[in-house]
Amino acid sequence: MKTCLVVDDSRVIRKVSRRILEDLGFEVAEAADGVEAMAWCTAVMPDVILLDWQMPVMDGLQFVKRLRSEPGGDRPKVVFCTVENSLERISEALNAGADEYIMKPFDGSIVAGKLEYLGLCA
Amino acid sequence: MIEPVDREFLSALCLARAGLRLDADKSYLIESRLGPVARREGYVSPEAFIGALREGADERLTWAAVEAMALPESEFFRDRAVFHHVVEVMLPAMVKARRDQPVRVWCNACGTGQEVYSLAMLLADAPGLAGQVELYASDLSERCLEKAQAGIYSQFEVQRGLPARMLVRHFEKRGESFQLSPRIRQMLRWRRVNLMDDLSPFGQFDLVLCRSLLGQLAPDALAHVQGQLKRALTPGGRLVLGLKDPTGDLAPVAAAPGVFALAA
Repeated sequence: MKTCLVVDDSRVIRKVSRRILEDLGFEVAEAADGVEAMAWCTAVMPDVILLDWQMPVMDGLQFVKRLRSEPGGDRPKVVFCTVENSLERISEALNAGADEYIMKPFDGSIVAGKLEYLGLCA
Repeated sequence: MIEPVDREFLSALCLARAGLRLDADKSYLIESRLGPVARREGYVSPEAFIGALREGADERLTWAAVEAMALPESEFFRDRAVFHHVVEVMLPAMVKARRDQPVRVWCNACGTGQEVYSLAMLLADAPGLAGQVELYASDLSERCLEKAQAGIYSQFEVQRGLPARMLVRHFEKRGESFQLSPRIRQMLRWRRVNLMDDLSPFGQFDLVLCRSLLGQLAPDALAHVQGQLKRALTPGGRLVLGLKDPTGDLAPVAAAPGVFALAA
């Protein structure tokens, strides 16, 4: 079973994301900020990370830069999932090492489409 | 609730005007598709709108109803592999064979444009192809064509099938929406086309895309449109259909799902 780490400081978004991802067949773990997420990734790298941008302690952009510099940190696919919806922000995220980008609000079909594009689900 | 008599009237209208088949088990589509048009035109319900059509409404309203029922599902890069095969394999071979003549590509039943723009974006990113291919797009619906020509899509629409890197590369932000860049929009020529009409004035094409329309047509209309599409192909041309479309006597092209040639 493929694993997904949902990183978001909103409990509601984590719950909604978990339900979508479990329906798609993923095993889901949760983290509320970038520091918690790094702790997860140091223990075991997930297959994909669904990542909010604005979070306390370590934000999504800082997290993805740090992740990509860690041993094995190039392996997980990183999909931003954020209210940031300017092309400049999307470009910044992709240049920092993100693989895909979802603008909130989102639904299950958008998540499924992005993960399918990344070869993570059928 | 749509009464059987109203469904039968609308069904006959769609068949006569556009060859469309409205299955009885899809009556729910009448409410979901005709409802917005009815409200836009000032009717309280789809039933009231159909009532006006029965009493002899003008051509504009009649076509508004037919176009609404023909509304295609549209998203970027639906069946992604088909697009990559077209741009990476078929079109380079066609351009090479054509030498100094442009390759003509026609995307019909293009809906709100996502499919033909998917092709245009891949072409724009393919060195040496963009200037060698003429892209034509058509649909039955004026409203769909207006939206397609504007190339403006909601945040939700650009997240259905479109990779983020292509969004950044080929779109501009317009308020809360996103618009295809002028470079991409200028690659396309648009026209309203009813595939039931005579298509010979449009000439022939090396590649014709008609995805997910044929399955909606009544048997006689299907045979007619299939014949029209075949005649629109140049010798050696290719027809790209939806993966579930009826294919008639067309010959599938090996290793390319959804791609067909005229039977030898």
